[in-house]
Amino acid sequence: MNNAANLVAKDNQEKATWKFILGELKPKGKWLTPFNIISIPIIILGIVLIVIRFWKGLGSVTNLTQEVPWGLWIGFDVVTGVAFAGGAYVLTFMVYILNMKKYHSIVRVTVLNGFLAYVFYAGALLLDLGRPLNVVNPIIGNNFGVSSVLFLVAWHFLLYMVAQLIEFSPTIAEWLGAKRARKILSGMTIAAVIFGITLSTLHQSGLGALYLMAKEKIHPLWYSEFIPIMFFVSSIFAGLSMVIFEGSITHKVFSDQISEKNHHNHNTIIHGLAKICTGAMFAYLFLQILVFIHEKHWNLINTGMGYWYLFEIIGFVLIPMLLFFFSYRKNNLLLIKVAAIMTMIGIILNRLNVTVIGFKWDAAVRYVPTWMELVVTLTVIFIEIWVFRWVINRMPVLRESPTWVKTER
Amino acid sequence: MSINRRNFFKVLGVTGLTLATGSALKAKTASPESEKEFSGILFDSTRCLGCQSCEKACAKVNNLPKPTEKPEVGVIRETNETRRTVINTYNTSKGEFSIKKQCMHCNEPACAAACLTQAMYKTKEGPVIWRADKCMGCRYCMVSCPFDVPKFEYHSSNPQIVKCTMCYDRLLEGKIPACVYACTGDALHFGTRKELIKEARRRIQENPDDYEDHIYGEHEAGGTSFLYLTAGPINELGFKNTLQNSSYPSLTKGFLYSVPTIFVLWPSILLGIYEATKNNNSKSESHE
Repeated sequence: MNNAANLVAKDNQEKATWKFILGELKPKGKWLTPFNIISIPIIILGIVLIVIRFWKGLGSVTNLTQEVPWGLWIGFDVVTGVAFAGGAYVLTFMVYILNMKKYHSIVRVTVLNGFLAYVFYAGALLLDLGRPLNVVNPIIGNNFGVSSVLFLVAWHFLLYMVAQLIEFSPTIAEWLGAKRARKILSGMTIAAVIFGITLSTLHQSGLGALYLMAKEKIHPLWYSEFIPIMFFVSSIFAGLSMVIFEGSITHKVFSDQISEKNHHNHNTIIHGLAKICTGAMFAYLFLQILVFIHEKHWNLINTGMGYWYLFEIIGFVLIPMLLFFFSYRKNNLLLIKVAAIMTMIGIILNRLNVTVIGFKWDAAVRYVPTWMELVVTLTVIFIEIWVFRWVINRMPVLRESPTWVKTER
Repeated sequence: MSINRRNFFKVLGVTGLTLATGSALKAKTASPESEKEFSGILFDSTRCLGCQSCEKACAKVNNLPKPTEKPEVGVIRETNETRRTVINTYNTSKGEFSIKKQCMHCNEPACAAACLTQAMYKTKEGPVIWRADKCMGCRYCMVSCPFDVPKFEYHSSNPQIVKCTMCYDRLLEGKIPACVYACTGDALHFGTRKELIKEARRRIQENPDDYEDHIYGEHEAGGTSFLYLTAGPINELGFKNTLQNSSYPSLTKGFLYSVPTIFVLWPSILLGIYEATKNNNSKSESHE
């Protein structure tokens, strides 16, 4: 008797949970926002192009050639996108390992951003695979290519997504009101963080190591045996610049969700991040100069590619570094944001210079992406923003946790 | 911060495991299969007539379209998804010569090291082959190959990687590669790599005026199973002469060896810092 009543109650509760989730799936708020008007047609077009790509082959949509087999989808979506997602491991390191409490209010949104970036940008990898059904092979062991850098990167992507999901899961539990699950999941956070930082160190550098075997194919100004270290160091300030950039946007768009205290805190957070960016960028610049002098590339400077290299290093590493430094000293928020955007352009330039622009720079026919590749890239980014917005509007990412969380402590 | 017994054994166990597997990995990759067993092909440009018999035979055994273009001076034909080998004719300072182009079958192939499913695979007989059931079409082999050999079917919904396999299926049946079998001018010679290098040296020694004193493929990219004897200088014959002499997989070894080290060091360091800062924090909190 008692048992039956319990079962009914449990059943009702489950039904209520499903009803809640279904209700949450519906869109909230206005439909005809400028962002929606731009993004919806592009997403529809992008999905059509993706169908064509799987039906007719990669050549029907992309400009890839036998000599340049990796184009915009790898060079920008995966390599650049993952660098920008580096903010998640840097921030979790600062907050959970170094115990810098100041940054705690932006951890959730950054981890969410990182997680979605991995899901979508590593997911974009599937679009680029010629035989996507075989993607399970390196996981199920139809064979393990352990000598491959890509094997390492693929496994790390997968494991890091799991680690990030665990880091983010208490938020989901709070959203669903699952008290016990929240307690268990938040107990796993520190392990997930340590695991995640280790994985990030290896695959951020691993993305650079992918290109080590293409020694003669990459322009010597961008190829060196230190690509992995440069990719790792630059992922620190790439990720933090993204955090600054994304933070200044979300604080405008979702300002109703952010408490007065966190609003106020945000400025000091941005200052702190600017300081760290300055340091990381200095280390990176130093490394770049060291490699340049060590490899004796002086004769390459007075060429087209040489000017392009100086444009990247001076225009989008040195100058934003100085901007970060001065704006930090002068307490100028706007300048910090300008520096963050310039740094991000610099990262895009750097990653594309290694993977696309400097790759087979001397080939007779250069690879230039088609408009369709651009549309698919935009589609991936827009869908990610849609999902991001959906989560922010429902889960306690920016807003405070529900009151029961505090009473539980 | 204190290390209790349990944690100590945990760290010890992880370290031991990583050291054990790490060194196993090293032992495996550091000694490539002894090269004396590898089969190979020697191409002698002084004997090549440019008749395309090899191209035709290759197309026939691999069910590819018959070659239609003829080799012409000044026109460089490339291998692609419909032809696994091509003959090009070059005008050099020592006269006109034809050169055959196909997969080099490296001793330590970059493509096989790059492949995350071992779809590109260096067989113990020497040929580098491609296995359809494993390949996921990521094209990392194409990025890595210093000779730009693997080709991809960009206009197929189930694309294949196309390249010369040294007729691996024929070798298993006890036959020789189709191109060698078809060669009318005796320009192609099949044998073990060691024999071929000896034979090439003998030819250079007997007719030093006819040959460049260089066997292309003996050292390039760490040594290849396809070897070339040329009459003219290699940079006039379309060869890549900027390649390194050590193998291409060696370029990523340093990175791959650092992986187990970081996997042991990072978590321990991070855990240490975590424990250290946690203590500080609880102290400062109690002050507040």
